[in-house]
This record gives sequence, structure tokens and C-alpha cells, in this order.
Amino acid sequence: MTEILSFHNVTFSYTPEDETARKAVQNVSFTVQQGEWIAIVGHNGSGKSTIAKLMNGLLYPAEGEVRVLRSALTEENLWDVRSKVGMVFQNPDNQFVGATVQDDVAFSLENNGVPYEEMVLRVKEALKQVKMDQFLNHEPHHLSGGQKQRVAIAGALAIHPQLLILDEATSMLDPQGRDEVLSTVQALREKIGLTVISITHDLEEAMLADRIIFMNDGKKYAEGTPSEIFALGEQLIEFGLDLPFAMKMTKLLQQQGVKLIGQHMTEEELVNDLWTSNFNK
Amino acid sequence: MMEKMIFGRYIPGDSFVHKLDPRAKLIFVFAFIFIVFFANNAVTYGLLLAFTLLIIFISRIRLYFLINGLKPIVFLMIFTFLLHTLFTREGAVILDFGFLKIYEQGLKQGIFISTRFLVLVFMTSILTLTTSPISITDGLEVLLNPLKKLKAPVHELALMMSISLRFIPTLMDETDKIMKAQMARGSDLSAGPLKDRLKAVVPLLVPLFVSAFKRAEDLATAMEVRGYRGGEGRTRYRQLKWDYRDTICLISLVVLTALLVFYRN
Ligand SMILES: Nc1ncnc2c1ncn2[C@@H]1O[C@H](COP(=O)(O)OP(=O)(O)OP(=O)(O)O)[C@@H](O)[C@H]1O
Ligand SMILES: [Mg+2]
Repeated sequence: MTEILSFHNVTFSYTPEDETARKAVQNVSFTVQQGEWIAIVGHNGSGKSTIAKLMNGLLYPAEGEVRVLRSALTEENLWDVRSKVGMVFQNPDNQFVGATVQDDVAFSLENNGVPYEEMVLRVKEALKQVKMDQFLNHEPHHLSGGQKQRVAIAGALAIHPQLLILDEATSMLDPQGRDEVLSTVQALREKIGLTVISITHDLEEAMLADRIIFMNDGKKYAEGTPSEIFALGEQLIEFGLDLPFAMKMTKLLQQQGVKLIGQHMTEEELVNDLWTSNFNK
Repeated sequence: MMEKMIFGRYIPGDSFVHKLDPRAKLIFVFAFIFIVFFANNAVTYGLLLAFTLLIIFISRIRLYFLINGLKPIVFLMIFTFLLHTLFTREGAVILDFGFLKIYEQGLKQGIFISTRFLVLVFMTSILTLTTSPISITDGLEVLLNPLKKLKAPVHELALMMSISLRFIPTLMDETDKIMKAQMARGSDLSAGPLKDRLKAVVPLLVPLFVSAFKRAEDLATAMEVRGYRGGEGRTRYRQLKWDYRDTICLISLVVLTALLVFYRN
């Protein structure tokens, strides 16, 4: 396994002159391996977006070190790093630069000085990967939120990134748009072995990840596989997170005295448990 | 009202004129503005008008549609015509109402000036009607490229223009949303004295500005993340292609100029 990104005791504050103020990110360390899907969860203001911004040099740590693609992130390799890290933000409208879908996907290629002939190929390829190749000449205000986010992902993919960062990329979408985007990302992971870091409020989305990093007040509170993190149960709710539907359901059923063997993260598991545990004729 | 107004609007199509390279069209219209001033008699003004009508025909824009859409400007034209006809006092008197005399020279001048006005408005409207704003921006950027040597921020201006164009519909939607939100809170933009209506605009503009700044900040971050660092070392995805049509277009302009110079007094 090769390391693709790591934080080493990273601390960052938006107000460095004020010593007493709470730091946005405090002493955070973690490592992301190639091909992994990492979810970062936490309440509002817990420092998730700040972490994302530290990953590609939009912000620099006050203390500690950020390593991307096995070298420390500095002003010198900044643009090189940005050409290998794709990033998609929350608001679909505010990251659409081009006049049409294809112009927007080409934007990062233009910035990196990719020759015209190659751009044409890459734009087509990227849009095909997110299933938006029918929309080449559409203007952004004629697209749905989910479609715009998929175009944003295509824009990130066009540079052939090693790492894709999604900062609440699905939080402004309706359930259908959310599913569209998530299944796109999942398919891409399988197909091209993309490493994904997704920052999210939504624990159902986090469940798709290999590993979850749980942030609280700028500190890393816990890290582990989805089942390890969900085993924290009540604490998650305490820290302002919303449990997945199946888990809430399990809890409520147990309170009602329905026999169940433990916690379930997916509806399927819950249903299976429901009929096996109560099938006692 | 807004529906009919066509000044600055773009109507997609696939006529000869639509397919022209924006550079050719821009050069053409820019040169045309100067060439118009060569005309100084009936023949040359007639030529200009005929040429303009020919182009309207080729661009497949209906004349009725054009005139209807340019109504406010047509009024301005009639006004210019009257002004010249009534106040120029040269040549023989052709009409005499006693208190008001219309002179030959005045009538001529009135017709000439309003024809000049008409062809200019038509030509520039055809440019914007047949060229998408983003193509105009592309054309301008390439044409103004030499100014980069003088440190003029040509690329930045073009990018600014294309981003503004891209955000117009977004901000329109937003205005609409805010308007409805404020209406739901009881603010009324459509009734009452002017002073009240102006006051009601403030709660519309403030949130609009706040959100526009937020958008600008987000967009700047998104652009930076995607590797934008100015025009240096950038390639272009939107390519302009000069083909035989564009050459024909410019040759026709040269021919027109020659004819005008030949027939003018
Ligand atoms: N530009 C800024 N200037 C000053 N303080 C900021 C800035 N951006 C964020 N902060 C502060 O830093 C802390 C962490 O913010 P951050 O945006 O990283 O949180 P988040 O986990 O992404 O929250 P959310 O779920 O709302 O997106 C918050 O207390 C926030 O108020
Ligand atoms: Mg955030």
C-alpha cells in the first residue's frame, strides 16, 4: 500500500494573533492510502472544510506537516499538487466557471496548459465517466443540481487526479441527485482506483467509506471503520450527527421491546435480523 | 415589453451570418461604423441601405421582428429625422405652412442622417443577434491580444466578461427568489408611491449583494483549486476557426468601401 496523503500533528487557526481563540484544527494526524475511500464527519464548525483546504494549499498549517503524494506540501510544489488533486465543493452553482458543460470541464485543463487536441479527448472521456456526455453544450442554468455536481466531478477527473476530495458535495442536492453523485463516485473508484476523501454530514454517505475520521471541535475524536464508528452510538448523536435510518430504526424497535441481535447499519441487515430473530414458531 | 426588446439579445440559428467567425463579424461591424461616414449622397446611402437589407436577408432574421424589437430606437430615429427636416434652412422651399417651412436640403439631410442611424443600429443588432455573448468575448480577446504587449489585462477582462455572462441567469433566479421571500414577508414592490417602492428595493439589493460576494469568494476558491493562476501558460479550449466565409465577409466590406468612395460626391 502506498500513502497518498497524510497529516502530521497539524494545527491551524484563522485568528493566529488571538492565542485564546479555539483553533479550527488542532493537532490532527491521519494517513490516507492509495485507493481508499475516507469519510470525514463532524458537526458544523468542527473543522472539516478547514482540513480540506489544508490538503491542497488553500491554507497552510501553523504547526505540523501536510504530505501529499509523499512530499511535504510547500509553495514550490503547490501547483503540481493541485494538478493531481481534484476537489468538489458544496454549492453546485458557485463552482461552475465555464459558459457550457464542456467549457467548464476544460477549465482545469486550460489552466494546466494541456494542448487542444488532448483537451477534446479528455473532456469527452471525463464527461462519459460521469454519464454527462449528452450534455456537452448545455448551460449551467439548464442543469439540475446533481447534474452540475457531476460536471464538477468531471472537471476534477479531467486532470486525471490521484485524489478526489468532496467537501459536502452532496449536501445541497435532493435524494435523487445525491444518489446520482454517490453512485458515480463509487463506480469511478472501482473502475480507475481513485482515492476519495468525502467530507459529509450524512452518516449514510459515510457508511460507504472504508474508514471514517470523526471530528469534534477541531480535534480528531475517533477514527475507524464504519462499524467501529457507529458502535459509538449515543456519542455520535451527542456530537450533532444524524444516525443512519436503519440504526435509528433498530434503536426504536429495541425500545419497543422487539427482539433484535444488535446494531444494524443497513436496512437489509435490519430486515434480515427482524425476520430471523422473530421467526420462532 | 422586455420580451420584445432585442437589443443585445442572441437568437441561435445556422445561417451564413451565424456561422461566421466572431472575429470577422467584429472587424466587419467596427469597420462598417467608419465606412458609413463615406456616404454623402442618394446613391451611396442607397447602397448602404441595400447592403444592410441584404445582410439581414442572409442572416434570416425577419425584418418585421427586427423593427418591432427596435421600436424605442425607431422613435429616436424619427425624432432625428424631424429635427433635421425642420431646422435645416438651405436650398429651395418645398413645403410652406406659413409658420413652418420645409427646405429641400433639410428633407435630404433628415433622410440621410436617419438612414445612417438605421443601418448602424441594424448592423450592430445583427452582430449581437447572431453571435452568442461568449463568442463575442472570445473574438474580442483574440483581436485585442496584441494589446497584451502594452500590459493591458486582456485575458483577465475577457474572463471577467465570460464569468459575468455565466452568472447573469443565476443572479436573476436569485433576485426572483429574494423578491418572493420579501413579498412573503409583506413587502410590496409593485404598488404605492415611488418613494415607498424605492425603499422596498433595499431589502432586495442587500441580500443579493451579500450572496453575490459569497458566490464570488466560492468561485475564486474553486478556480484556484482547479489550477487557475492567470493567463500565462494557459491553452484555449474554445477555438476560433477562420474559413472561406469569413474571407468573403471581409472582401464584401472592401467592395462596399470601394463603391462608396467611387460614388460619393
Ligand atoms: N474564513 C474563515 N475565517 C475565520 N474563521 C473561520 C473561517 N472559516 C471557518 N472558520 C471557523 O473555523 C472553524 C472550523 O470551520 P470549518 O469551515 O472547517 O467547519 P466545517 O466542519 O467545515 O463546518 P460545516 O459543517 O459547517 O461545513 C469554525 O469555528 C469556523 O467558524
Ligand atoms: Mg464545511
